Amino acid sequence: MKTLIKNGTIINANESKKANILIQDDKIISITTDEPSADIVIDANGKLVMPGLIDIHVHFRDPGFEYKDDIITGSQTAVAGGVTACCPMANTNPVNDNATITRDMIEKAKKRGLIDLMPIGAITKGMKGGGITEMGEMSEAGCVAFSDDGLPVSSSDVMRAALEYSAFHGSFIINHSQDCSLCRNGHMNEGLMSMKLGIKGMPREQEEIMISRDMLLAKLTGGHIHIAHVSSAWSLKLIETAKKEGINITCEVCPHHFTFDESELENYDTNYKMSPPLRTKADVEAMRDGLKNGVIDIICTDHAPHHNDEKQREFDKAPFGILGLQTLIPLTLNLVRDGVISLNKMVELTSLNPAKLLKLNDRGVIAEGYLADITIVDPDFEYLYDEKLNKSKSQNSPLLGKKLKGAAIKTIKSGRLVYDFPNVVA
Amino acid sequence: MAYSKKDLISTKDLTTEDIYQILNLAKDYKNLNLQNEKKSPLLKGVTVVNSFFENSTRTRTSFEIAAKRLSSDAINFTASNSSTNKGETLIDTIKNIESMQTDIFIMRHSSSGAAQFVASRTPSCVINAGDGCNEHPTQALLDLFTIHEKFGSFNNLTVSIIGDIAHSRVARSNIYAMQTLGIKVKLFGPPQMMQYTKVFGCEICKDMDEAVSGSDAIIMLRIQLERSDDETPFPSIREYCRYFGLSKTRMQKAKENVIILHPGPINRGVELNSDVADDPRISTILSQVENGVAVRMAILDIVYKNLKGL
Ligand SMILES: [Zn+2]
Repeated sequence: MKTLIKNGTIINANESKKANILIQDDKIISITTDEPSADIVIDANGKLVMPGLIDIHVHFRDPGFEYKDDIITGSQTAVAGGVTACCPMANTNPVNDNATITRDMIEKAKKRGLIDLMPIGAITKGMKGGGITEMGEMSEAGCVAFSDDGLPVSSSDVMRAALEYSAFHGSFIINHSQDCSLCRNGHMNEGLMSMKLGIKGMPREQEEIMISRDMLLAKLTGGHIHIAHVSSAWSLKLIETAKKEGINITCEVCPHHFTFDESELENYDTNYKMSPPLRTKADVEAMRDGLKNGVIDIICTDHAPHHNDEKQREFDKAPFGILGLQTLIPLTLNLVRDGVISLNKMVELTSLNPAKLLKLNDRGVIAEGYLADITIVDPDFEYLYDEKLNKSKSQNSPLLGKKLKGAAIKTIKSGRLVYDFPNVVA
Repeated sequence: MAYSKKDLISTKDLTTEDIYQILNLAKDYKNLNLQNEKKSPLLKGVTVVNSFFENSTRTRTSFEIAAKRLSSDAINFTASNSSTNKGETLIDTIKNIESMQTDIFIMRHSSSGAAQFVASRTPSCVINAGDGCNEHPTQALLDLFTIHEKFGSFNNLTVSIIGDIAHSRVARSNIYAMQTLGIKVKLFGPPQMMQYTKVFGCEICKDMDEAVSGSDAIIMLRIQLERSDDETPFPSIREYCRYFGLSKTRMQKAKENVIILHPGPINRGVELNSDVADDPRISTILSQVENGVAVRMAILDIVYKNLKGL
């Protein structure tokens, strides 16, 4: 079976070029200016052809909270967002803290065949913060990294052991950076806005203190620490310093943290309630600078579905988190439109760097011999992001019902068309 | 232009004219309350639900009396007997009560923003009787009524608000209304209860003497120990009293004709000493309580008429 994508502009991290892509089975077999014959021809005239996006931070709520989303709806949401590989976090029920659960998750995704599901295993058993998990066996079963995301690892000694042990297995640790002794039951960023609203805040220092500790533990152990969803300007300063010192550290940022600031909370809209919380305009600017100057390695979504019954309530009683997969491309394209990053940099942040982090050397680039995970993007397409487009079981996005610009119009996974705007087709 | 909303959620929504409209009407109701027959037929047949999701005796009673003096059928719905304890959501609770053809919700809730949350989801009137640390607009209006009663105007007044500003809904509602009226507001409290209060744009005092001197009215806040969970506690009551409490000695720095207000109930010997609290020349605490009923009658009157387009 051959597929030809013709007339599109290929965007790789290091180049942009007009060429045709010939796919055979699950591989790209040639990039050419010719027009070879194929069983399926996709005309991508005027469109951008990017390597499939890789989202290293999602919550699919499966097993245990399937009423929010499950691996199938999560996969559907992913491909509708142009994402061909996802790393679901371990805070499921039961927690993904053993190889059996890891294998079950991967198997379920594989059966549906829309994306590659590469689970992140828990750092500690039951995510209880105590003893570390069987990282060796879990890595063999398919876990690509370890994190208790949703919760930080509070014990420095546990974190030290996790960094040492994961490194031995060639893996790494992702921490949800939060010093819980500073949490004070906070629900948003602590500052002028939280004082105005009478909502308890979480100081940014809570994140910065934990990042400081983790970079020092990475220095101690030589292990690799990846900082999840950075949200404060000072966090980036710390990470930049650590990188300069040669510490094995990488980080990610979510679209909501480079798009929105805490002023969105004026009306207590719980769709803007997330952890880490939206911070100030200056922090948003810092995130954009960090993306531009390379301190930030990756853009991921922290896609966190929650049911309406949980989200549509008093602000301090609503859970943290918003949907992200289907707004990843339009929000990231806003950066391109604002001149913050180039399209090539966008590919680096959303595909090439995640592939490198996960040591996937068959993707992140559109080139001969690579896996045919491809996202065709129309950057100028304007549409209403509504309930019909939304593939998640949940609706907790502040952008739902709003006009967006730019979308994945076709998503190809391992050579197969899996999404054709607005429908999942495979 | 008169106040035209069906709800009263925040003093931020009130213009100077709105405030005078409420206070003038409250004056009429205060007169009515001094009659033998303290009754107006205005809300005859109207059902007012005192929905208190957080404990309160004083505010609930004040609203209940206000609603009954306007001839409404006032019923009390409190959290202790509520289904929210059985896991029902706030909005389901409200919708259920509303199905019984009720008209006005007076709402107290421990979550900031809860009154607005309900108001935007119900066709009934919602009066915010205190939402978390956010606002308590009727308390601010009765404070203003009491201040106006004493000074006859709001011109050139300075008001100090002292205590746990961070957790105080009384402070927020007062600050917004007073700023609208052009009243100068000074704030003072322990540092851990003053973080980020510069957002309110008021003068921040460095000690009690500075907070007390030059003010025409002093609002002493109740320390809200129950709203400071998960925070490092204040060292001691003794220490609080010494640096942040108001006593007769401290009053020497105050203006001759100053008045003291307190939203109640007082923690005697903590934020307020009895020698000040019980001095009828300066303490207005009991008139505040009396005025509270009149102010709440005025608000019920206004929002109900707005709801019905009267
Ligand atoms: Zn997290």
